[in-house]
Amino acid sequence: MAAMNVPGFQDQLWGNGPSPGAVYNFPGIQMVLKLLSKFHQQRELCKYPTTTGTSVLGIKFDGGVLMAADTLGSYGSLARFREVSRLTAVGNNTVVGGSGDYADFQYLKSVLEQKVIDDACLNDGHGYTPKSIYSWLTRVMYYRRTRFDPLWNQVVVGGVHNGESFLGCVDKIGIAFEAPTISTGFGAYLAQPILRDALEKNPSMPLDQARQVITRCLQVLFYRDARSLNKSKKHLHGVSRVISRVMKNVLVKWNRQVTQQTLETEDSVPAGQQC
Amino acid sequence: MAAIGGTVAQEHCGGFSFENCKRNAILEKMGAKMPTARKTGTTICGIVFKDGVILGADTRATEDTIVADKNCSKIHYIAPNIYCCGAGTAADTEYVTNLISSHIQLHSLSTGRQARIVTALRMLKQLLFRYKGYISAALVLGGVDLNGPTLHTVYPHGSTDKLPYVTMGSGSLAAMSVFESHYKPDMELEDAKKLVRDAIAAGIFNDLGSGSNIDLCVITKEGTQYLRPYDVANEKGVRQGKYLYKRGTTAILTKDVKPIVMEVTETRVEAMEM
Amino acid sequence: MNSERPVQQYFSPYTFNGGTVLAVAGEDFSVIAADTRLSQGFAIHTRDSSKDVQTLCGKTNSTVLGCAGFHGDCLTLTKLITARLQMYEHEHGSKMSCPAIAQMLSTVLYYRRFFPYYTYNILAGLDNEGKGCVFSFDPVGSYERETYRAGGSASALLQPLLDNQIGFKNQQGATEVPLTKDKAVFLVKDVFTAAAERDIYTGDAVIISVITKDGVTEEAFPLRRD
Repeated sequence: MAAMNVPGFQDQLWGNGPSPGAVYNFPGIQMVLKLLSKFHQQRELCKYPTTTGTSVLGIKFDGGVLMAADTLGSYGSLARFREVSRLTAVGNNTVVGGSGDYADFQYLKSVLEQKVIDDACLNDGHGYTPKSIYSWLTRVMYYRRTRFDPLWNQVVVGGVHNGESFLGCVDKIGIAFEAPTISTGFGAYLAQPILRDALEKNPSMPLDQARQVITRCLQVLFYRDARSLNKSKKHLHGVSRVISRVMKNVLVKWNRQVTQQTLETEDSVPAGQQC
Repeated sequence: MAAIGGTVAQEHCGGFSFENCKRNAILEKMGAKMPTARKTGTTICGIVFKDGVILGADTRATEDTIVADKNCSKIHYIAPNIYCCGAGTAADTEYVTNLISSHIQLHSLSTGRQARIVTALRMLKQLLFRYKGYISAALVLGGVDLNGPTLHTVYPHGSTDKLPYVTMGSGSLAAMSVFESHYKPDMELEDAKKLVRDAIAAGIFNDLGSGSNIDLCVITKEGTQYLRPYDVANEKGVRQGKYLYKRGTTAILTKDVKPIVMEVTETRVEAMEM
Repeated sequence: MNSERPVQQYFSPYTFNGGTVLAVAGEDFSVIAADTRLSQGFAIHTRDSSKDVQTLCGKTNSTVLGCAGFHGDCLTLTKLITARLQMYEHEHGSKMSCPAIAQMLSTVLYYRRFFPYYTYNILAGLDNEGKGCVFSFDPVGSYERETYRAGGSASALLQPLLDNQIGFKNQQGATEVPLTKDKAVFLVKDVFTAAAERDIYTGDAVIISVITKDGVTEEAFPLRRD
């Protein structure tokens, strides 16, 4: 393979993979040998998440994708960091959101940022699309799980390219799928029913409605997910633009959950005096 | 009774038999698989509305990943004014509610008064607490008595809750997401029925342990309405082919005719003289 | 059940994502179908995971691979097979035949004998004589040519029905009429409708691919969504 001195261009199709034409060179043999030697060394290969983020939500609306996540970094049951950003823009048409281990997400974020810079340096008129970022992430996550050294995340990728919106999700063992609504973590049980129902009733919903639905989901999650916060960040993808906005505290009505004796009086109280 | 090797069955005087518990525990440790019980794998819920209480349930029962019953009834009768939804092991919910129902009836006959929800609640939680969660019944108990409409949840270990809207079972989060975003105090009957329907439907479509139809039970001061089914959320798929077999398709391997030997006895009946 | 200790999350490289695959071979065609539900535990990830059935290139026509089990392995395996087929085509200037793909798939699976791809594969296409062929695999590469086969989560429900309806098993005096394309398709629809009734991991929709010498036609058929 000659003339492959372009920066960022790897001269192999993929790491440890077969070179083109070599049918009998089984792909990934190096990797498996390494893995086996790791087993022989009795190295601790498992790990567990430390600082974690809870749900990431995403929904396709007419003309784009809306994504949201709250800003809490939990340390076990301790609400440790209250101002972390779990959504990040990659290039100018993709947003990646991560739930699960926050350190792993920051690592992924830095790798993605570097990739975008390397790609810009090529200046070849091509850039990363949401789909290509998603495709890359599926391989990274699967590869790490195969090495028994997973990135402990569920990553949501959303974006718009050539007027077509994209929403996909990859988890720590490489399960990847595209869907019109995605919720990770606790949101898979609490937010997904709301999102699916809203989209089923209105398949091409306008942005306003999408925003309403997402806000409602965040509210419900804050009521019921003990690792959530009533402060969140939303990413909105219009056609070729990424707008990020930090949301105000989600309006919370606590007293409706008291007993029926107090049901007559209901007024809204914005909970959480912080921020 | 002389029991050789402990094989002679003892006569029980109520309660469970724990005869083989220790043996089974040892067998399980040795790697034997115990049979799995049928679970309801359920979405059940209830709300308090203006005039009373509405209970709701789906109708799927599962055995692991197989649907065991497509139209089972999960809203159990306790008293004319008290009903109870059950989630967990199907047999446990069935027997626990049956037992409490009969206790409640005896209690109400001896006192000559209408049964109260708190009585049923206390009986349930004391029974479940005694069995340390081994009776896996998670219940939603609701009804109307002299204290007005009341709604409770009972957990398998015996703890209880009293809330205006509750959900239980594997689809409880899906159903709760509907309640959390749409519940209002003092709802009208039709709105309340629709809300419970939507909550159960959320469980049916988003939780694999729940499915088929939606049952409702509306309890008011005036009486009880058991709606089964209230709504068929899923139409059964229509088959396109016909799968009828011609007579004689099933092979008869051997045929053996045995005459029944009868002893014919003769009896003469004579008319009595009138 | 030790609730006072902090919960340690152990890493498991596998999960089961459900899905049922089914293939039938006829005289000059084959039919392969898979449902589109992707689930994990009691949750549905997506109702439209149409990538469970991957159309692979073939010699003069096409070969289709159906994949169920652990979705991460399904994605990786189909990606790998597609790449290998492309490389073969570039090197030899012709496309790989269905039996050849089956042999290759078997080697690829057995290569990971001690860290297997947790996938149930069924391959459908036309053989070198233009006859319909179906190959079924176990996760570590044992494979066999068959006329009909169900794999994945509802396989135990479907296989006996296929034995009876296509194999005419346990039927005395039944006339064994050769399977037509239309009958194969409606049979596939019916058995998936039945599977969706009883298997919680099967539902939403089924995608049916019919492979003939003219190519592949694809059809989606709705199933229960609960």
